[in-house]
This record gives sequence, C-alpha cells and structure tokens, in this order.
Amino acid sequence: MSAAIVVGVALLGGAGAVGRFVLDGTVTARVGRAFPYGTLAVNLTGALALGLLHGAGVGTDAIRLVGTGLLGAYTTFSTWTFESHRLGEDGRLRHGATNLVVSLVLGVACAWLGDRIGARL
Amino acid sequence: MRIDRRELAAIFVGGMVGALGRFGMVEALPPHPGQWPWATFLVNVAGAFVLGYLSTRLQERLPLSSYRRPFLGTGFCGALTTFSTMQVELLDMLDDGAGGLAAGYAIASLTAGFLAIALATNLVRRARLTA
Repeated sequence: MSAAIVVGVALLGGAGAVGRFVLDGTVTARVGRAFPYGTLAVNLTGALALGLLHGAGVGTDAIRLVGTGLLGAYTTFSTWTFESHRLGEDGRLRHGATNLVVSLVLGVACAWLGDRIGARL
Repeated sequence: MRIDRRELAAIFVGGMVGALGRFGMVEALPPHPGQWPWATFLVNVAGAFVLGYLSTRLQERLPLSSYRRPFLGTGFCGALTTFSTMQVELLDMLDDGAGGLAAGYAIASLTAGFLAIALATNLVRRARLTA
C-alpha cells in the first residue's frame, strides 16, 4: 500500500468529520434537539453512499479512500450510542431505544438500497 | 449556522487521527466474509467509551469554550467509529444467509457500545463525587 493512500485516508477522514459536523448542525438548527435527527441524517446518507460503492464493486484503494476514509469518518457509531444513552438518562427511554432501533433498521435498508443502485451503474 | 474556523480545523485534525486509527485497525484485522468483523466492532466500542468519558468530563467537570470537544469528540471519536461500514457488514451477512451472525453482531455492538458509554459516564461522575 502506498503512502498516498494513508495520506488520502487521513485527509478524507478529516473532511468526513467536518461534513458530519456541518450536516448535523444544519439539520439540528432546523428541527431542534428533541431527537437526534442530525446524526440520523448523517448516518443514513453515509450508509446509502457506502452501499452504492459496495454495489458498484469499486476497487480496494477506492474502498480504502472513500469507504474507510471519507464515509467511515463521516458516519459515527459513538455519537449515535451516546445520544441514545443521554435520551434514556433524560427520562426518554423510548426515544433512546427508538433511536437505536430505527437507525439500525433504516441503516441496513439504506445500505441495501445503495447496493442495488450501485449494482446497476 | 455560525462558522468557527478554529472549531472546523479542530474537527478536521481530530477526524484525520480517528480515521487513521480505524484504518490501521482494519489493515491489522482485515474482515473476512462470514466472520465476526472485529476491526469495526473494536473501534466502535472503544470510541463509544472514549466519547462517553470525555463528553461527561467536558460537560460536567471542565469549563466550556475550549476546542477539546470538537477535536476529541466530534473529530476523533466520531471518525474513529463508523456506522456506514457496520451497516454494509450487516447487509453482507444477511445476503450470505448468515442472519444469526448479523443479529448477534448488531445486538453485541449496540449493547457493548451502550454499556461502554454508561460505564465511562459513571466513572467520571464517581470521580467527581469522591474528589
């Protein structure tokens, strides 16, 4: 593996994290903080995009750069579980559980949809 | 949305470090079809623990308005962990007819991630009580 791939993963990872922050902030500014729709929007769009790459059968280096680097950093597991935990602590256990389950189910559905679209490209 | 360039820079640099950490783990423990995706599982649970620890610390113990949260939380932990890879791994398991593996992986990831955050949160709060 070339050093360019490592540098590329780092730069795209930084860009993915900034993209997550911007989309999360934009969504949260519109719909408020009662439910973490911002993280949900980030994670579902990222799952759709990675599914698309997967379905299109792109090469190893493209997966490393865009899949592991950009989309891996764009989407997040830690914030997803953290926000679910805090919803539960705030006495909104149902919202927390809903956030875990809905994200998971819709996440697989988005990955599947992206995969089917990618396979036709 | 208000744009703070130093905040964005902190997120970018934290994201670089987090993505490199996850990339290193994937290269060290490459995933194999039909097997437990250890790399993703480990970075996700570890990242959840770190985020739970430092978010609780930053929100409840340390003064606000530093760049630690964007750098470590949004940047590093956010990028170290991943949702998209986990979903595509689940999709592959389901496509291979390995529904049991998919269910086990999903449940174990969420349970371990949630417990990691609860544990980290309690560690910080207990330290505050005894301090």
